[in-house]
Amino acid sequence: MKAPRFTAAHQSMTFSRRMMLVGGAQLVFGGALVARLGYLSVAQNKHYRLLSESNRVQLIIVPPRRGWIVDRAGKPIAINRSDFRVDIIPEQLERPTETLRLLTQLMELTPDDVDRIIKELRAARGYQPVQVAENVPYEQYAAVTVRLPEMPGVQPMRGFSRFYPAGPAVAHLVGYVGSASAKDYEKEKNPLLITPGFKIGKEGLERTLEDRLRGQPGGQRVELTARGKLVRELEPKPDRSGQTVKLTIDAGLQEFVARRMGDQSGALVAMDVTNGDLLAFVSMPAYDPNSFSDGIGRTEWRMLSEDDHIPLLNKVAQGLYPSGSTIKPAMALAFLKQGIDPARRVHCPGGYQIGNRYFRCDAVHGSMDMHSAIERSCNTYFWATGLITDPEATTEMVQYLGYGEKFDLPIPTQRFGTMPNPKWLEQKYHRKWQGYDSANTSIGQGYVLVNPMQLAVMPARLASGKLLKPRLLMADKQQPVPDIDADPAHLEFVRKAMAAVVNGSGTAVGSKLPFEGIQMAGKTGTAQVFRLGERGHQSNWALRDHALFIAFAPADKPRFAIGCIIEHGGFGASAAAPIVRDSMTFLFDQQKAMDALAPLEKQWGGTLAERNARRSAEFEAISKANQAAAAAAAARQT
Amino acid sequence: MISSAIIPIPLARLPWRLIWLVALICTIGVVTLYSAAGGSMSPWATKQGITILAFFGLAVAISYVPESFIKQMTFPGYIAILVLLIAVEMVGFVGKGAQRWIDLGFIRLQPSEFMKPAIALVLARFYDLLPAGDVRRWRGLWPAAALVLVPVALILVQPDLGTSIMVLLGGVTVMFIAGLPMWYFAAAAGAVAVAGPILFAFMHDYQRKRVFIFLDPESDPLGAGYHISQSKIAIGSGGIWGKGFLNGSQSHLDYLPEGHTDFVFATFVEEWGLVGGALLIFAFFMVIRWGMRVSRKAKTRFGQLAAAGLTATIFFYVSINLMMVMGLAPVVGIPLPLVSFGGSAVMTVMICLGILMSFERQSRTRSSIS
Repeated sequence: MKAPRFTAAHQSMTFSRRMMLVGGAQLVFGGALVARLGYLSVAQNKHYRLLSESNRVQLIIVPPRRGWIVDRAGKPIAINRSDFRVDIIPEQLERPTETLRLLTQLMELTPDDVDRIIKELRAARGYQPVQVAENVPYEQYAAVTVRLPEMPGVQPMRGFSRFYPAGPAVAHLVGYVGSASAKDYEKEKNPLLITPGFKIGKEGLERTLEDRLRGQPGGQRVELTARGKLVRELEPKPDRSGQTVKLTIDAGLQEFVARRMGDQSGALVAMDVTNGDLLAFVSMPAYDPNSFSDGIGRTEWRMLSEDDHIPLLNKVAQGLYPSGSTIKPAMALAFLKQGIDPARRVHCPGGYQIGNRYFRCDAVHGSMDMHSAIERSCNTYFWATGLITDPEATTEMVQYLGYGEKFDLPIPTQRFGTMPNPKWLEQKYHRKWQGYDSANTSIGQGYVLVNPMQLAVMPARLASGKLLKPRLLMADKQQPVPDIDADPAHLEFVRKAMAAVVNGSGTAVGSKLPFEGIQMAGKTGTAQVFRLGERGHQSNWALRDHALFIAFAPADKPRFAIGCIIEHGGFGASAAAPIVRDSMTFLFDQQKAMDALAPLEKQWGGTLAERNARRSAEFEAISKANQAAAAAAAARQT
Repeated sequence: MISSAIIPIPLARLPWRLIWLVALICTIGVVTLYSAAGGSMSPWATKQGITILAFFGLAVAISYVPESFIKQMTFPGYIAILVLLIAVEMVGFVGKGAQRWIDLGFIRLQPSEFMKPAIALVLARFYDLLPAGDVRRWRGLWPAAALVLVPVALILVQPDLGTSIMVLLGGVTVMFIAGLPMWYFAAAAGAVAVAGPILFAFMHDYQRKRVFIFLDPESDPLGAGYHISQSKIAIGSGGIWGKGFLNGSQSHLDYLPEGHTDFVFATFVEEWGLVGGALLIFAFFMVIRWGMRVSRKAKTRFGQLAAAGLTATIFFYVSINLMMVMGLAPVVGIPLPLVSFGGSAVMTVMICLGILMSFERQSRTRSSIS
């Protein structure tokens, strides 16, 4: 097809038409550009203004001060002590090598420290500080400060570190703090966690109360250029300290008990009978939470974990022991409830035949009624009576009074033990409840396992006649406490029998309170560790029986209850009862208790604080010796 | 065209409306450069002011050159620039990873810059010489295509994608206005759509990356997408009225890269907001409208086509830069003429404006004679 002739006239017409098209296209483009400009700066303005602000402003986190933990009277249990720390601001660091060399010399940094600092400096950017050292002694801090002009970028600061005035005495109660691990950070993604010097609760109340204790970080807001240069400081956002948490604990008692335990391994819980407030929560021996919070040395850790007194275990929350004879008052109440006549007599010839097995009692008690069976802890009576009562109802009563019960306390890991009953046995071991199960249970052996908390709850409930629950935080509401579903006369009978244990001719007469007019009621317990039936002196500490004692005082108008277990302490009366006696004494007359403690501590080689300091020094010496040996070995090799 | 007895005639004869617009645009440029330097005349604002004045003088001088002389010089000039482009390839100075300059000692010559007005002139001259009947024939297409594609190819291998696109678009605009059949352009557009992926295969890595980032700048906000992201942040955070003169945090704190050259518009809009940006776009639009009117009023076919082509060059300069800065086009490295710091763009635009003023003067004088 031939194209039509294209003339100059056509050309001129085409030119005008095409010029219109081009002009129109340009107008459309111009309009589109203005529309885009409007979209960005009006419709998207908020979004981009935010981005521009986050470009411009960076927050240097100022960690909040951790909330205090105080006792019921406001006496400090965990506080913050100001200390010195040295950080490096990577952005301002001019001569890294010289600076690090000088710091190493001034602060006696180990090669490990230097390696860590170099690694962190490489990863850091801008104003995020890198920690050189914390808890710096004043002399070193001063030395760094004096040489500061030679080391731009180095920032000596006053910081805060956690301090537990009572040291090991509160270790298992409050736990300790430490730097957040990579896992903690992964979970929370909070930049505060990786701020140098910031610590979070790692164990105990420090861990469970983290939310309350942490507080709100403040920030120094700074304007930075794209390259991280500081332009100016904007108005700072102040930090908010964590809340102070008030415990029901009596710090004086807590520390006294810890000291009174000496070098023994055990746990003691004291409770206010009127409301369930926990007054002491002691597990000994314990680590020093102060040295844990600073980061514990490898040697100290090894020595602690190898100690057979297991100082790393919170025995109150996680230690489980056979209750031994401390179960007997509860058993007696169960018997009474099932209509057993307290005057009914059982003859104790020093043992009891059940099926084809002969169970041996501690002594030949002769004719026993319920009162004297509690007072003198006659097993035969309880074996015999356990066999003629309903095991279901009996075990239920003991559980009801606290053994094996779960408590809602802010303690990270708790174990609550077992109060066996026929149903449980069927489920767990698929067998029927036998006579010997009743026998074992009625003297707190066999499957019976309790924790020290329950050892305090039991006498508190018997003493008050109320179903008390332990309370640890003052801020927790006090729940209305129901009465125990038992005849008050029966309870009174049990209390009288327990009073006789200490004040009559019972097993704990050696542990009478040193007061006229204030009597303690209690019950001893001895939990078999090695073999049933062979009691008496064991020379191997680890095979000796556990000593237990539960008590309340005053016997006639109960105020306080205590449960105590001393691992491998032998007879309850000889190891646990005196500690409970002195602790109870402390609650009524502090001076008298301290006077009794002084000669004991002299005998043990100093107070808890002194012994702890000596042990820390020992750790350090061993660790130094190990290092020297390792260095010598390395030197020999090269 | 201020006619007053006091003002001498040659001065009054200057196209004052255009000059005011250009003055406004240049003032915006110098003020923005002053701010971009943190409130200082050095290192950019003073230098830019001098550059602008010098090249404005050149433009006024060009405006006195008669059209016939421009016509005569078109082909020789075009060939000279082609030779220079080839020379750049041979002895080109390697800078910024691209060969673009010839260093003559006293001046660094970027021949591709001259090609922008030259392509408009040479095509105008070609279609001026071509008999009207041949426009829709094969011989109306292939020489023009060769005239465009040879320099485009030479610039593309430098490599300078931005400039080659501009030369191509300038040439195509002249061909469009010259009256080539519409289906040529429709077919070319279709071919581009098909050839895009093929062209992509021949691109340098950094060019490819720019295409990717244009498509999704937020995918790499701290890496190669940084330019576009930060530029959009600067523009978007300005709002309607801007953050105020000397208060642009994006540019002052160095978050906006190239805030005084390619991304000067972002620097300006951050401080002056939508209002300032719209004013600047409007000023450019008025300049282009003036150029288009010169083209329509031109008496000769060469004048018509050349004026439209030169105006198109300015248009593409401005719109490609603005699209790039606002995230509508990939980052191709084209400055905003008269505003961005740097002499090349000022030179090109002033040459275009000078030739346009020359056409305008002659259409006016001739019309007054006839």
